[in-house]
This record gives sequence, structure tokens and C-alpha cells, in this order.
Amino acid sequence: MAKIRIPTPLRAFTDGEASIEVAGGTVGEALSNLVEQHPDLRAHLFNDSELRSFVNIFLDDEDIRFMQGLDTEIADDDNLRIIPSIAGGNPPRSPQSMGGKPLISEEA
Amino acid sequence: MAFLFYGESHQGKNMVIHISHELQREIAEQLEATYPNEGGGFLLGQGAADQMQIVDIVQVDNVFAEAEQHHRYAMRPQDWMRLEDLADERGLSLVGYYHSHPDSSAVPSEYDREHALPNFVYIITAVMMARANDMRAWQLRADRSAFAELALENHLQPQRRGADSAQDA
Ligand SMILES: [Zn+2]
Repeated sequence: MAKIRIPTPLRAFTDGEASIEVAGGTVGEALSNLVEQHPDLRAHLFNDSELRSFVNIFLDDEDIRFMQGLDTEIADDDNLRIIPSIAGGNPPRSPQSMGGKPLISEEA
Repeated sequence: MAFLFYGESHQGKNMVIHISHELQREIAEQLEATYPNEGGGFLLGQGAADQMQIVDIVQVDNVFAEAEQHHRYAMRPQDWMRLEDLADERGLSLVGYYHSHPDSSAVPSEYDREHALPNFVYIITAVMMARANDMRAWQLRADRSAFAELALENHLQPQRRGADSAQDA
């Protein structure tokens, strides 16, 4: 079976495991199998059925976006890796334009 | 000293982040130098569920389009790979990342929330007029709905060892 390497912050959802064996003949099938095994991962990898824009999947050293995406075929001994693209943004300077949605929670 | 940020006033009930004065100063100096653009880097550390020690920081280039760098920040996925492997080799973990908010507050934006991961420490530094003046730590809730603030505990290191005896004579 192919292996997927889990990024450090998401290992909390895989019982601390850094690497998970997955079934499937394509990257998409492998990811579906991964979230079946560890359902709490889903919200952080997918937005509905789409891969979140900041979630990158690498097959060896290659980004699958530059291959066939989720349809990229994989072999049994392939190594996949989930890499978050870290991104940040400054809030707009005018407080009024931030919208009414609270970003900070008071409770734990 | 301008580099000291005391987390006590922002204290929450969540995880406590321990960071040395020295590392805070490194972060502040980097982010002041990057001003008016956003800068950032990774946090390497170790810890349990309620206590986290930041052991080292690694500065990473902002690869967002240059015209957007005053309010946007992005790193290459390859930097993540390299740093995660480095942390593993050193027996540490990639525990979080830090970035600046030029001329804005040290509070996460909606953009930050959309791109954030849980179980990861986000240290945000407000840089006003090229001076770092606030540093706060945050963590995304597991349901992605909002950030919770973490207590950032500053640990002073002695300025000069044996200063008392050096002053004699
Ligand atoms: Zn931000």
C-alpha cells in the first residue's frame, strides 16, 4: 500500500502517527481512504469535495497539481506527503471593513 | 527594552507558550527589518498538550507577489518539507509559525483563519511604524470557527553574567 506522510499539526487526528498506509490506485482514492480511516482530518483537507487551496499533495518531490491532480495514478510503494502552504494576511486597516464576524473566541 | 512582550495581559485558559527573550528579540528584529512588508518564519519546539517551549525559529522568505507583501504572506511548500524534516532530525517538532501585521494589530485576520491549521501555534507581531510593539499567540479551534488566544510567557535571560562582581573594584 502507498504511504501518506502527515504534517505535524494534523498528527493529532491520526493518533500521533506520522505516516499512514492507504489503499487506492489514484491520489484521490488514497486521500478518500485516509479520511475514512481518520474522519477528523476531512475538515482540514477538504472544502466540500475540493482539496483546500492551501493543502498541497506531493508525490515524492512533485506537486500533484503539476501532474494529473487527484487523478494521478500511484503505485503500491509510492510515498505521498501532505504539505500545508503557510499563508497569512493582514486585516484591512479600517476596522469597519472587517465585518461583524468575531475572529477571537473568549472561551477555551 | 522595546523587544519585550509580556503575554500576561492577554492570558487565556489554553496552552501556555514559553519563549525566551532572545528568540522574541530575533523575531522582532526580523519583522522590523521586513517592514512595511509582512515577514515570517517557522517555530520549532517541544511540549505537551498544555505547555509548549519554543526552542528555535527559522526565518522563511515571503513568496507572495511583491505588490501584495504589505498585507499578504506565503511560504513555499518546499520550505515546510525542509523544516519538518529538520525538526524531526533534531528531535523537535514544527510547532507553529510567526508573521507580522505591519501597521495593524497582533490579532488574526479572516485570511489567517481560512489558511490556518489546528494544533499549530500562530505568533503574530504588530509592527507599527517599523517598531514591533505587540506579540500575541493564537491557535485555531478544531472546528475552524475561530482562533483562541494562548498565553505567551516571556522568559528573560540574564543580560550579563556576574555583572555584580564586574562592577566592584
Ligand atoms: Zn496575519
